Amino acid sequence: MVEKYRSQYGSGLDPLTYLGQNYLAVDRSLIPDILRLLREEEQFDYCVDITAAHYPKREKQFDVIWILYSFPRNERVRVKTQIADGASIASSVSIWPTANWLEREVYDMFGIQFDGHPDLKRILLPDGWKGHPLRKDYGILQQDKEWVQINLGIESGQ
Amino acid sequence: MSAETNEVSSRALLSSDASNRSALERSHLDLETAEKPYLDSNELIINMGPQHPATHGVLRVILKLDGERVLGTECVIGYLHRGVEKIAENRTYTMFNPYVDRMDYCAAVSNGLGYCEAVEKLLNVVAPPRAQYIRVILTELNRIASHQLWLGTHALDIGAMTPLFYTFRDREEILKIFEKYCGARLTTHAFRIGGCQYETYAGFEKDVNNFLTFFAPKIDEYETLLTTNRIWLERTKNVGVISGADAIALGVTGPVLRASGVKWDLRKAQPYAAYSEFDFEIPVGTNGDTYDRYLVRMEEMRQSMRIIEQAVSRIPEGAIMGKVPKVIKPPVGEIYHSIEAPKGELGYFIVSDGSTQPYRLRVRPPSFVNLQALDVMVRGLLVADVVAVIGTIDIVLGEVDR
Repeated sequence: MVEKYRSQYGSGLDPLTYLGQNYLAVDRSLIPDILRLLREEEQFDYCVDITAAHYPKREKQFDVIWILYSFPRNERVRVKTQIADGASIASSVSIWPTANWLEREVYDMFGIQFDGHPDLKRILLPDGWKGHPLRKDYGILQQDKEWVQINLGIESGQ
Repeated sequence: MSAETNEVSSRALLSSDASNRSALERSHLDLETAEKPYLDSNELIINMGPQHPATHGVLRVILKLDGERVLGTECVIGYLHRGVEKIAENRTYTMFNPYVDRMDYCAAVSNGLGYCEAVEKLLNVVAPPRAQYIRVILTELNRIASHQLWLGTHALDIGAMTPLFYTFRDREEILKIFEKYCGARLTTHAFRIGGCQYETYAGFEKDVNNFLTFFAPKIDEYETLLTTNRIWLERTKNVGVISGADAIALGVTGPVLRASGVKWDLRKAQPYAAYSEFDFEIPVGTNGDTYDRYLVRMEEMRQSMRIIEQAVSRIPEGAIMGKVPKVIKPPVGEIYHSIEAPKGELGYFIVSDGSTQPYRLRVRPPSFVNLQALDVMVRGLLVADVVAVIGTIDIVLGEVDR
């Protein structure tokens, strides 16, 4: 399957396997096309999860990961791409509606922007919160003191 | 005096009204309203929760209403957010194990199973057969306990009070087995990476078998209360309908997906633990309504009993702990592993950088994803049905918010 697209997209697509699990490392610019192909041509009809990981030492600081599953094929695949801090990525809500909340969570926790998302705002943290907690430079005890003081009327949430 | 109190109270009302309004404006519900409001009534936006007995915890739902008919909803979540994924990055693999119990605290054993298996996969270790069987027995007992809790509270929300007492009475027997096995009733921390910490206690098999004989007639008892009950039928049939295609598009899993006619269960589709060694059926519904979801879960309890019965009769002898190093340091790499928790697909995505702590640990929570379908399911229904649908999705806010 990958071979077919490889000839079409060239080096932007890299199939890999670790411990028997397949994943595709995809260039950021190819993301919307590849995801749509996986949904429409390869029957990956269930978007299990969208998440990210932060590597502050890398030039492109974030990995964004889609975990997909196909009911007809009973098969999983992961799609992975690297993006720089402040860069945005195409939303997949139009491909899988379930991506709505999942992308909002990635935005909330990492501050990654999704272009074309219908309502990209925080989901788990309050709207006015500053900072994105799952970035590596956000300490485990760190919090938005100002928000806590204004909204909860206490000195510190700790 | 009375004038003064009146003034104070009305001012309080006004101020709370204003703050409510600004909160609602911020969440800008932009749902299309195709139909004309009934009797030219005004659209009404009301707030339900986060402190509301029928939202099963701290879920806040903003409802857009036409009279009593729901035009749209928006969920506001995060009130129970503890940053579990961040905590994981600052704990060793072993230390993080008890934390997973605090997500879906109604099914702590399932959470532990998923986490331990994910780390085992990353370490390339397999738990010995005896441990696998103990895991299956406890996890299926936990599935029954979780469904019992769901049934009791769901029926209570709809107005049937008796099932709550019945299910809690019977759930107690499962919790007693957990307590005897590992000392805890709810947040059990029953499994360890590589197998099980505790050998079964003397009389474990007998206790489990006793529970099976005790519980078989109890399911029938629940069913005599509800299955043909006229009020139950009126409140659940054709309420909160979701089609199989919609459920897949929204990523819904577990009993909600199966009630919509999609025969998919991870225990069969991609067997983990020892599930491939047991005979059991996957119950499916046809209409995808609240009543079908009820029937599916009732049947699932029976199927869980079948699995437990087979497992307990042939627990293999041998070690309960695999060969796991003292210090758990998985090689660099990443893994996704998921199990069929009582509420749906529970997945763990772990990135290891070769150290003793996970570099990144992501939990794919079934309740969080299933809750997203609430909006689709309640449009056009009455407010009282929203309560029924929240109950039927079977969410646990500890898992939604993590």
